[in-house]
Amino acid sequence: MLPTPTTAHLTFTHIYNPSEDTYLLLDTLSSPSQTTFLSQHFPPHTPTPFVLEIGSGSGIITSFITSHALTIFSRPDLLLLTTDISHHASLATPTTVLHNPPPPNCSSGLFLDSLTTDLSSPMRRGVVDVLIFNPPYVPTDTIPFTSSTAFSNLSTRSSFDEESYYLELTYAGGEDGMGTTNRLLEGLDETLSPRGVLYLLLCAQNKPEQVAERLRTGGYGGDGSGGPLWKVEKVGSSGLRAGWEVLGIWRVWR
Amino acid sequence: MKLLTANFISCPVRTCKTSPTSFPLHFKDCELACDPDGNPYSRETLLGVLPRLEWDALRTSAGELGFTELPVEKPEGEVVGEEVLRRIWELLVQTHVVTGKMVCGNCAYEFGIQSGIANFLLPGHLV
Ligand SMILES: C[S@@+](CC[C@H](N)C(=O)[O-])C[C@H]1O[C@@H](n2cnc3c(N)ncnc32)[C@H](O)[C@@H]1O
Ligand SMILES: [Zn+2]
Repeated sequence: MLPTPTTAHLTFTHIYNPSEDTYLLLDTLSSPSQTTFLSQHFPPHTPTPFVLEIGSGSGIITSFITSHALTIFSRPDLLLLTTDISHHASLATPTTVLHNPPPPNCSSGLFLDSLTTDLSSPMRRGVVDVLIFNPPYVPTDTIPFTSSTAFSNLSTRSSFDEESYYLELTYAGGEDGMGTTNRLLEGLDETLSPRGVLYLLLCAQNKPEQVAERLRTGGYGGDGSGGPLWKVEKVGSSGLRAGWEVLGIWRVWR
Repeated sequence: MKLLTANFISCPVRTCKTSPTSFPLHFKDCELACDPDGNPYSRETLLGVLPRLEWDALRTSAGELGFTELPVEKPEGEVVGEEVLRRIWELLVQTHVVTGKMVCGNCAYEFGIQSGIANFLLPGHLV
C-alpha cells in the first residue's frame, strides 16, 4: 500500500474532505491489476501520458498519482492537469501537490496546473490519455447553476449560503445522481485520445450496470446516429451493504 | 499557469472548438514569474513531451510572453543538444503566468488568470 497524501494544510469549509470514494480511487489506481494495465497500455518510449483529473477538490488524487507516477505507470514521465468548477479547489490542488513530494530518490510526474472550469471544457480534442472523475454523484432534485455569473452573485450572499453552495457542488448529482456524469460521458469521445482511459466513480443509485451497458452499446454521444462502443469494466468496489456494493470504480476505454 | 499548459487547451465555448483560431488562446497583459526550483529539469520527461507539442502554437504563445528564441523547427530526437533542451524546459515548465488574460481568436472572449490559476467559467448565455 502506498502512503495516502497529507491534506493537513487545508481546511474543508469550501472543499471536499477526502472520503471513502476518494480512498477507493486511490486504492484502485494503485492496485496490481491497474498498475499492470496502465504500464502495458502506456509502454515505455511512447509519448508521455497526459492525465486529467476533473473535480480535483483537495487535489489528493492527483498529488497521489504525481508522487507515485513511477509505481503506478512504471515510468516517471507523466503530465497531470486538474479542473474543478470551484476556485477554492483550484487553489487547494497545487498546494497539496507541493506538500506531497515523491519518495526519496524517486522522480515524480510533472503537475502542470489546476484550472477553474466546467468538466474538461478547455481541453483540446483528443489530448487526454487518462481521465479521472470522482463526480458529484448523489441523487438530488437540482444541480446548482455554475455560470461565471452565478459565482459572482455569490459575493452578495452570506458566508453560510456560500459554504452550502460549494458543499452542494461536491455532491449534488441531479436525476439518478448522473446529471454531471452524463454530460461528461456525452463528450468522452472528444476528450479522450485514441489510447484514452477513463476511471469513473459511480454509486449504486447511479444504476452503474445500466450506465455500463449504455456505454458498451453506443448510447452516449454520436448525435443519435449511435455513439462509440466502449469497453467497460468494474475495477474496484467498496461498501458492501447487505450484498449491495455501494461504490464502484469503472474503467472505460476504446 | 505554465506555458506548457497553454499548448493543450483551447477556447471552452462549444462553437469555438472546431475553429482553428480558438487555439492557441492569446496571452495578454501577463505578469510572469520564474521558479527554477519548482520542477527540476528532466530530460526523460522533456523528450517524452516534445512529440506531443504543437510547435507553431508554442512559438506563438512564447512570443506573446516576450520569448522569441525558440527554434523554428521542433527539436527532435536524441541528438538535440542539452543546452537547447534545458532552455526549453525553463520556458515551458519553470516560467509561470501569475496574472493576465487569455483571449480567444475566434469569439474574442477574455479568460482571466489570477494567482496563477486560469478561470474558464462562462457566463450563463454561453454555457
Ligand atoms: C465528490 S468531490 C471529489 C473531490 C476529490 N476529487 C476527491 O476525490 O476527494 C466532487 C468535486 O467535483 C467538483 N465539481 C462539481 N461539478 C463540477 C463540474 N461541472 N466540473 C468540474 N468539477 C466539478 C466539485 O467542486 C468537487 O470538488
Ligand atoms: Zn472562443
